[in-house]
Amino acid sequence: MSAAPQFRYIARKRRPKEDRRFITGAGHFVADIALPGMRHVALVTSPHPCARIVSIDAAAALAAPGALAVLAGDELAAATLPLMVGVDTPKVRRYPLAVGSARYAGEWVAAVVADSRARAEDAAELVAVEYEPLPFNLDPERALDPASPPVHPDHGSNILLRKQFAWGPVDEDFRRAPHSIKYRARWGRSATVPIETFGVLAQWDPGLAILDVWASIQMPKYPDQIARALKLPGNAVRVHFDVDVGGSYGVKRGIKHTVLVGYLARKLGCPVRLIEDRLENMQGGDMHGPDRIFDVELAYDGDGMVRSMRMRALDDAGAYTGRAPLQLGKPIGAIVGPYHIGSVAYEAISVTTNKTVQEAVRGFGQGPTNFALETGIDKIARRLGLDRNEIRRRNFIRHDEFPYRIPSGSEYDSGDFHTVQQKTLSLARWPALVAKCDRLRAAGGLAGIGLAGCLEPSGGNSAFEPLLNDKNDTTTWMEAVRLRVDGLGAVTVVISTSSAGQGHETLAATVAGEVLEREPDDIRVVRADSLTALPSNSPVGSRMAIMLGGATAEAARRLKAKLLAIAAHNLGVAAERLAYDGGSVTVRDAPERCLSWDRLVHIAHRNFHLLPPGLEPGLEVSHTMQVPTGGALPTADERVQMYPCYSFEFHVALLTIDRGTGKPHIHDYFIGHDCGTVINPDIVRGMTMGGIAHGIGAALYELFQFDGQGQLVSQSFMDYLLPSAHEIPHIEMVEHHTPSPHTAFGQKGSGEAGYLGAPAVIASAVNDALAPLGLAIDALPIRIRDIEAALAGRGETTP
Amino acid sequence: MKRAEVTIAINGLVRRGTVEPRTTLVDFLRDELRLTGTHTGCEHGVCGACSVLLDGEPVRSCLMFAVQADRHQITTVEGLAPGPGELSILQDAFWETHAMQCGFCTSGMLIAGHALLQRTLDPSRDDIVEAIGGNLCRCTGYQQIIEAIELAGRRLRAANAPENASEAGAAP
Repeated sequence: MSAAPQFRYIARKRRPKEDRRFITGAGHFVADIALPGMRHVALVTSPHPCARIVSIDAAAALAAPGALAVLAGDELAAATLPLMVGVDTPKVRRYPLAVGSARYAGEWVAAVVADSRARAEDAAELVAVEYEPLPFNLDPERALDPASPPVHPDHGSNILLRKQFAWGPVDEDFRRAPHSIKYRARWGRSATVPIETFGVLAQWDPGLAILDVWASIQMPKYPDQIARALKLPGNAVRVHFDVDVGGSYGVKRGIKHTVLVGYLARKLGCPVRLIEDRLENMQGGDMHGPDRIFDVELAYDGDGMVRSMRMRALDDAGAYTGRAPLQLGKPIGAIVGPYHIGSVAYEAISVTTNKTVQEAVRGFGQGPTNFALETGIDKIARRLGLDRNEIRRRNFIRHDEFPYRIPSGSEYDSGDFHTVQQKTLSLARWPALVAKCDRLRAAGGLAGIGLAGCLEPSGGNSAFEPLLNDKNDTTTWMEAVRLRVDGLGAVTVVISTSSAGQGHETLAATVAGEVLEREPDDIRVVRADSLTALPSNSPVGSRMAIMLGGATAEAARRLKAKLLAIAAHNLGVAAERLAYDGGSVTVRDAPERCLSWDRLVHIAHRNFHLLPPGLEPGLEVSHTMQVPTGGALPTADERVQMYPCYSFEFHVALLTIDRGTGKPHIHDYFIGHDCGTVINPDIVRGMTMGGIAHGIGAALYELFQFDGQGQLVSQSFMDYLLPSAHEIPHIEMVEHHTPSPHTAFGQKGSGEAGYLGAPAVIASAVNDALAPLGLAIDALPIRIRDIEAALAGRGETTP
Repeated sequence: MKRAEVTIAINGLVRRGTVEPRTTLVDFLRDELRLTGTHTGCEHGVCGACSVLLDGEPVRSCLMFAVQADRHQITTVEGLAPGPGELSILQDAFWETHAMQCGFCTSGMLIAGHALLQRTLDPSRDDIVEAIGGNLCRCTGYQQIIEAIELAGRRLRAANAPENASEAGAAP
């Protein structure tokens, strides 16, 4: 891939700024921070999926060596406000520790504080909790039944959200279409499962009356939410964003952890730290992802053109509201995927069951929806005997149709799906790939090729919140930076978020360097704490290239304009006659008249008498950016612009299945990827590759499995299977660049790349392999045992 | 609880300490010696984030007690660079290919890659996959890590290769 020639630094290879500290073991993760007098939390968790807490006896625990305190839910609930939720379910109250009843196995019932984590665990074992087990429900479809055991009796039902949308003449389109197909697709409960668990350290400073917080965090409005729950003013919580986050991809939200630890730190007068162990993380860390049943109906004609879609998505939120219902909302912004589908009926249902709570997971529900839609496209092709590439070609929105408004109201900014598909097929050497598949089949193997094309909405503006909740009127999801040039001429960018590997320091430095024409490696990027910070909404929704990049670009432009104003004033010419080059300013038609970067910096910092009237001294610019195309509430017919930018990816994979064991093996994997202008090629490639690996996990291996008694049985890495290097094939990637018209450099988001299409392409390949046997598996993950069982049912297993 | 004395050579320095017998090696390294480059991801021996070298061989420091390392040599990520402020060829290769994102698994990956390159400077892709197969990374999909180890192998081979006579003659 060649660097775009119009850029000096953008789109060119650059070693990420962040990497140096990680390769030397000098990262600054939350568990690396130790404060004098720090105490440690271990948790007492419920062994029952639903049980009334009759009593908690902490006497033995408090007598244990090193034990300092035992906190139960009643005390914490009396002192704090319930955790915020996204939809309007005020009777589904959630606190960090269970109050009255525990509602899933693994829910935190009490917190034990001791002078070491080991001693806290010892003491936690001595907390005696008496439970009265209650009826429970683990089935989301049963949860729709008013007679199902209520997870929250006060709420009146197990339904957190049930909303029906109809965009366009769905019934009419179905009547007019000659064919329709109905199918169920199931997305199993998995998550991003970062290698670092969630951790938080809090310290109350009584002199300043400030709660200092260090956390492994990726949460919009995190400081506000902590302060609100702890009933503190917003300016009494200081979150330190200079903490490296050991992976998140959505889930590191940690509000309940932080409210718990913040309360304990203040109450006990010492720094308190909670670093989840893996069991606490998997069971009670509340980071599970979507758990979804799709019932889909597609109306199509004899050419394979899809005319209309009815989709019902039933999602098992687990025991509390969390962010789960909102994850049914984001996919509305790309509900038709990359296709011309003229009308859509969508029903989003979120229910409570006695399972672990969900958190935001990479793509915020878009991955499951993409899988459900792509499954249908393959099915139609199979029914019509159409080539699966051809049906996609026919249905894709064409390059000349952008901007293109989909039925649910979002306008896709730009794209060239046909070209990306073609580039991917060329990369895959398509005829040779088909021949290889045929050879494998001719030799008696089960082989299949998967295809998937899908969108990555990016630059999130949280418009799904007002769409799903009438009481929510959010219309901005801003991001800000402060850019400063010091008296010695060095450039510093201040950002207001922590990062979890997305390379934001490299992003901000590259963009600031691009605009100011200064070497990015010499630009420092630092992180404010939440009291010195400018507004940020954290790196969610594939937004930072667009929003942090955009805010940095605009701040740099304004700073450059200030330098030009100073130069114009001192050179006695209009700014239009000046040329800016690498930080120096020259009069265009008199190049000998020049002011250097150092001179301009000196004037700004030292020479008020040389500044143009009205110009502030110093060289500092802050800019808060509104989301492009955002700002409006949903219309009366429930349409809204959900995202400003739409990246596209096309996946191709060749896979074989062992007839005896059902074990799949991915032979070849290709992806074409278009996120507009790429700011750092290695970073974008890495996120795409990593997203594919994550998607392969969701497709084949990863499942939070509960047994019939409501116990999470995949609670360690022995049972919850993350793909290792053995499972991930070599992946070939081709880039395409369709610039977005809405962003500073034409960039779009890429943080969810790969993950949004990999599950669909793997399912497509498995089903292509199974199709000759008349078998199909439309439930993810497709584990070896699922394939083996399907094969056995057909008597296809060989000895 | 009764404490035990341990003497461990860590990154070339002899370190003495007293630990509870149940203290794992990784907790000793991180909490007592403040060598926080070694990370804990699962504490049950699967993820490999806690990998260190024990007498040159990669081990899970979460599956060992500190007392088991008594009178052994340990190398952590902090000990991979040839000197303060420097990078090993493998570390530099990780930077060159951006073989990480969040950096949490990176120490373990470097330990695994380092141990492999001690055995061979010309590892195949399969050799590399085998070497890092017990280290989980959630960010990268492994590809840029594999490329980094390949690159480091190439550079190490080139560094140790005898100079070609004609090229040597042409060199200034």
